[in-house]
Formats: sequence, C-alpha cells, structure tokens
Amino acid sequence: MALKPETDAVSGVATTGHEWDGIKELDNPMPAWWVYTFYACIAFAAVWVVFYPSLPFVRGTLGYTGRSDLSRVMEAERARTEPMLARIRAATPAAIAADPELRGFALAGGRVAFANNCAGCHGAGGQGAVGGFPSLADDDWIYGGSFDAIQQTITVGVRNGEHPDARGVAMPAFAQAGLTPAQIGTLADHVLSLSGAGPASAPGAALYAENCVACHGDRGEGNRELGAPRLNDQVWLYGGDRAAIGRTIANARAGVMPAWGSRLDPATINMLTVYVHALGGGEQ
Amino acid sequence: MKNFTHALIERNVVILGVLTLLTVAIGGLVQIIPLFLVETTIERVQGIRPYTPLELMGRNIYVREGCYLCHSQMVRPFRDEAERYGHYSLAAESMYDHPFQWGSKRTGPDLARVGGKYSDDWQAAHLRSPRELVPASIMPPYAFLDRPLDAAEITAHLRAQRAVGVPYTDAMIAEAARDLATQANPEADAAGFNARYPRARQALFDANPRAVTEMDALVAYLQMLGTLVRFSDVTPEQLRQP
Repeated sequence: MALKPETDAVSGVATTGHEWDGIKELDNPMPAWWVYTFYACIAFAAVWVVFYPSLPFVRGTLGYTGRSDLSRVMEAERARTEPMLARIRAATPAAIAADPELRGFALAGGRVAFANNCAGCHGAGGQGAVGGFPSLADDDWIYGGSFDAIQQTITVGVRNGEHPDARGVAMPAFAQAGLTPAQIGTLADHVLSLSGAGPASAPGAALYAENCVACHGDRGEGNRELGAPRLNDQVWLYGGDRAAIGRTIANARAGVMPAWGSRLDPATINMLTVYVHALGGGEQ
Repeated sequence: MKNFTHALIERNVVILGVLTLLTVAIGGLVQIIPLFLVETTIERVQGIRPYTPLELMGRNIYVREGCYLCHSQMVRPFRDEAERYGHYSLAAESMYDHPFQWGSKRTGPDLARVGGKYSDDWQAAHLRSPRELVPASIMPPYAFLDRPLDAAEITAHLRAQRAVGVPYTDAMIAEAARDLATQANPEADAAGFNARYPRARQALFDANPRAVTEMDALVAYLQMLGTLVRFSDVTPEQLRQP
C-alpha cells in the first residue's frame, strides 16, 4: 500500500494516498474555526499551568489548593451568617421563639438541619415511624416538649453510650425477668385497657402494679424523668396491637438517639429546638 | 532515521507494540508516581485502624450487594458537601479499603460519614424496608440480610487483606473468629478485642441475640464509617495541603 497522494477528480481535493480495496479518503483540511479553537485551548492550558496546580509538584503561582479554597469559602460563609448565628447561640430557645426576627431565622435554619439530620428517623414532617421513631409533631412527649427539654434531648440523645447524660433508662425484658407467656398476654390486655381498648382485669392489674407502675405510673400516664412512655393514649411507638405490646413487654425496647451535641454546633441545636417545638406539640 | 517512518511503525507489529508500551508507560508513571509522593495522599492520620472481622464481613456484603453503585464514600472538599456530610474525606480514611468504595454516583446519599448518624435499630429497619422510614426512598429492601452470617472463612479474609498490605497482626488473624463473635455480643468479654481494635463498638446490631447475621455485619460496618478520625483532634496544620 504505497502512499500516492493524488487529486480527486470529482471534488478537486487531495487524497490521503491510502487505498483500501479501491476506496480512497479525501484529505480535507480541518475547518478554520476548529483549528483556531484548538490553538486557543493549547494557549489556555499554557496559561493555566502557570497559575494553577496541574503538573506533579508544581503548585502554580496563585497558590490554589482544593482544601484552602474550601477554607476560604467556609470562612466567607461564616462571616456572612455569624452575626445572626452569634445571637442565636447566645439566646435561649424560648427567647429566640419570642423574637420574630430570630424566630424566622431559626425556623429556616432548623428546617434545613432537621431535613439533614433528623428526618431519617422522625420523618420529613416530624411524623415519626412505627418501630420506635417517635412523632415530634404531636403533644405526646417522652422526655418533655418544653424548649429546655427538647434542647436537652437533642444535645445528649437517648441510650447512645456516647454522652454520659444520655436520656433513657433500660426497660427490663420481662420474658427473661420471669413472666410466663400467659402472664405477658394478660399484661398486654391490661395495657390495652389503660387506653380504653379493652376490659381491665384483676390479674392484669396485679401484674401491672407489680412490674410496670414504677415507671409507667398508676394509670399508665408515663414518666418523663425516666423516659417511660404514656400507655393510656393511642400513640404507640412499636405498634399498639396485642401481639406488638406483648413483644414489647417480653423483649423490652431501648430506642437510641445519637447525641447531637458532639455533632452540631450550639447555634444549630438552638435552631433545631425552636423548629421541633414549632412542629405542633411544643409545650411552655 | 530516514527509514523510521510512520509507515514502518504501522506495519511492524513488534515496533508498534514496543513504542505503544513506552508511550503508555510514560503516561502511567506521570499519573501514578506523584500519588506515592504527594503529601495529601500519603498523610498519616491518627485513629485509623484496620476493620474488625465483623466490619470486614459487613464490608464484603456492602460490596456483594453493590451498595457502591448508588452510594459514594467520598465527601469532597466543597462547602455544600461539608455542610451536609461533615469534614471532607481524607485519603488515610480509605487506606485499608481493598478495593476502595469511593464510588462514582450518588443515587442515594454519601455514606463516608454515616457512622453514628442513625441508631442501629434505624439502620436495620431501614435496610429491611427503606420506605417504612423514608417514604420517598427508591432503595431496594434488604430484609434477606437477616440470615446467619457465613463467617467460616473470616481468617482467610484477614489473611488476604494482609497480603495486600493491611497490617493485621498474627494475633488479629488467630482471634478473628472469636473477635467477630465478641463484637456482635455486648455481653462478651472484650478486653482482647478492644486492645486489638481501639474504639470498636460491641452491640446487638440487629437486636437479635440468637444469631450473628449478615445484618449484624453490615450495620457494624455502616456504623463505623467515618468515625475513626476525631476531627476535633486534627489541627488544620496537619491537613495543610502543600
């Protein structure tokens, strides 16, 4: 296959000289716009190499690095938001809620922080989920719904082993603590009766008095100090049918919430407190 | 040199092969050699330890199920990522990943710092049925992970990791099966385990005390992701990019 450039008779353009089974290729020049763009790219790259890190071990005269650029951007953002965040940080959640300007800022910031950090368990609207993920949009609080209680719960979390003051005490697993399956069934019926979902029974009341009263109260009103949920309402963390209540009594439940005090800054926790308080069930 | 023409290279397969190899080698070396020398890729960071046997099995399940196809493990140094996920990922944080799980696509969120963000119960419940907890999720359910974990070859897994450079000690390999059982049982004596794997957490990861399941392994792995480096202890100077 000798290279024999020739001029194509039809188009008048030179060929490459290659020939494949009688087929020849025209050697049209590249369009001028393409050629100049190509040269411009090479020139741009040469300038880029001078200013930005592009070759190994060559930093570029601007001193740009990805990490330092991030620091600069974060610093600029901090300078922009810090005046408000400092006021949020210095105020109590109750004071933030009382000040229209701070409240608006906190609700907006709290909404974002909630979506990122809390919505996975508590739902996008704070509605919670069956399986031990409490609703934050109702007035059925396990540890209290005042500003201080919400702030404390967010900061220390629940049974997480991270924070020394984490909330929550351990519920005993009554199947291992000596209750028979029949007794657990009787007790489950009695727990249902506390919210009017069935008849009370003397044996159930006796078992309840012996095993449950200390934390959940005489009438199942719960105990926020201990984090023992109310049993005399229709709100159930782990399901409210007889079988689910029986499983809860037999195996116990121990919901866990991370301690956000070590993950979020105090301003964010204050904003979250105001936001959660405003979801529907905030108490004074 | 007069005969060393394009036509000659194109027609002589040996010359073409040798020159191709030479060209590709130069390109490869230019890309690879700096990675062994540039400080950000070889920086040592305190707290990084090899995976515990249970975490390693969980990581194998993560790879087996193709989690990396939808979840990255790489927080990039941008503000939006720092605000959402936390500190950007360091090369050292995946130094014991063979292969690394950086991923290239985020159908789901980045998981580089997911450890400790949710409770074990949440992770297990979410893996079993994602939409019960996150209605808008398109993640498939993984309820079948509640089957017993086949850890018969855990020792071989640790050996294989050691062969590619993970510093598992002889004691870690000898105790692998016991360490795996210890981590999944909060009642077990963990003195040796804690010495071998500092700050590894013991728990009933799937809340099921009767068996060590694949769920246990995967949740143990997820719950340690991004938790080894305490960024409160890391100074900006240590992360300075030269």
